[in-house]
Amino acid sequence: MSEPAKLPATLEPPRDAHAPGSLPSSRVETLRVGDFRNYSVLDLAFESGFVVFHGNNGAGKTNLLEALSLLSPGRGIRRATYGEMARQGGSGGFLVRAGIVSNETATLVESRLPPPGGAPASRHLRIDKTVARTADELLEVCRVLWLTPAMDGLFTGPAGDRRRFLDRMVLAVDPAHGRRASDYERAMRSRNRLLSEDRMDDVWLSGLEAQMAELGVAMAIARRELTRMLTAKIAEAASASPFPAARLELSSGYELADFSTAAVETEEEVRLALRRSRGIDRAAGRTREGAHRADLAVYFAAKNMPAALASTGEQKALLIGLVLAHAQLVAQLSGFRPILLLDEVAAHLDPGRRAALFDLVALLGVQAFMTGTDAALFEALAGRADMISVASTSER
Amino acid sequence: MAKSVAGPEIEKLIQLLAKLPGLGPRSARRAALHLVKRREQLLTPLTAAMAEARDKIGICSTCGNIDSRDPCTICTDHARDQATVVVVEDVSDLWALERAKALNAAYHVLGGVLSPLEGVGPEDLTIRQLIDRIEAGGVKELVIAVNATVEGQTTAHYIMDRLEGLDVKVTRLAHGVPVGGELDYLDEGTLAAAMRSRTAL
Repeated sequence: MSEPAKLPATLEPPRDAHAPGSLPSSRVETLRVGDFRNYSVLDLAFESGFVVFHGNNGAGKTNLLEALSLLSPGRGIRRATYGEMARQGGSGGFLVRAGIVSNETATLVESRLPPPGGAPASRHLRIDKTVARTADELLEVCRVLWLTPAMDGLFTGPAGDRRRFLDRMVLAVDPAHGRRASDYERAMRSRNRLLSEDRMDDVWLSGLEAQMAELGVAMAIARRELTRMLTAKIAEAASASPFPAARLELSSGYELADFSTAAVETEEEVRLALRRSRGIDRAAGRTREGAHRADLAVYFAAKNMPAALASTGEQKALLIGLVLAHAQLVAQLSGFRPILLLDEVAAHLDPGRRAALFDLVALLGVQAFMTGTDAALFEALAGRADMISVASTSER
Repeated sequence: MAKSVAGPEIEKLIQLLAKLPGLGPRSARRAALHLVKRREQLLTPLTAAMAEARDKIGICSTCGNIDSRDPCTICTDHARDQATVVVVEDVSDLWALERAKALNAAYHVLGGVLSPLEGVGPEDLTIRQLIDRIEAGGVKELVIAVNATVEGQTTAHYIMDRLEGLDVKVTRLAHGVPVGGELDYLDEGTLAAAMRSRTAL
């Protein structure tokens, strides 16, 4: 495993961290999209640690980031359905193929949506021409992290968005988390269904509750562990980072369990709590307590102020700091330098912070794909970035 | 589907073939054409084989296996250890275990797993028959061999609970390191499961 780049003690990172010959150890080198969003077919090759897509609104910059986000399990940065990603007026299917170099190994990853025809729309994934059994296999090739304008309301929005953000962060360091979460969800929905149908079959409910307890406690522990490690990373970087440091406060979603005891005892405690709450849950029509109710409260560490109370720009800066600290953590724990997708990030930062962001990314040794309407926003990257002008067909 | 060019009979054949697992409309068309072209070598014997299967094959009233005999070949095989019963979800799992020749035992096919979301309850499975079978005596060990899914594990939990108080040893398949697997490549969940169910050498 390679050591993560340490943030410098001062604010003067070397300018040549992305000099030729020191490319990020995990990077996307080629990208082909076919019948994807507004692209009928497009081939791109990337040669730098920074890749900038610039062009007018609606030109298709974010669509390229979305294509790259399919290198990660799930439905990408927009959380769209695969059918929505297929080009209007195309075959109804799409292709996204990327050549990735990771720790000196080249891998070809292909996501393909077959044209619609009866079967439920899911993508077919091939890694080096071999059919992948689950999308989680992608986590053995690379880790992709992103920050998009849709996440701007993260601190003020619904808890579900923060929980999803938290779980994506956990997944990047613990690939089993996705399976755990979907199994938990399934067990919980099964229990809710039994309760709503008034099937108070004690043995059946106990079976589901035992699994909800086991999976839910495992999820809570994984989330707590991630929060703990992330907090440590933020503290380590705080003195040098131009971005405000966040203080994280995780609530597990469980009222009784305090997770100070061994997992097995906590599981038992949770199982009994579920058993006791059958009546209440049936009346409420949902499970009132559990891993699905977790939330991540974020504060400005210096002012001890809830992030939701800060200005939009400050919230953005806080979020960037969080994502960068996480990127560093992923690099340290997984041995993969993550690939960062930063959609419309530069425009919200003042020139000083913008330059600092670029320098931090360079120091982390990760590849970053960025978008912006104006190439001038990326002036500080002159000579260090692939500048790719994106124009829709109607403009050309 | 495109307008028929060969008459309704072939269209009907294609439509039925397309309902088979693994076949879509395209491969069903190919299969139908193939059958029609090889009328004597394939279509006639296949028709006869299917008619015979329809007439003779049924579900074993003891274990839920499919066979032309009832009780089935496995249940009446005295060379097998009839005191050990392997509980599986489906006949395909029974076949998988038989292919592996893992255990020379009898089986009990549940006919599915408990799933509130799919509307499958205990009464839809052969759990009652399993209990009856054990209460009738002669079964010493029950091996629960259901899938490691949420529904599979819930079903296992359900069966174990219903067996309480009955004089039978209950075991389940080990979860863990696959044969020929390298620890380095296993996910944490599998490794933890393997560690929990470690055995003495």
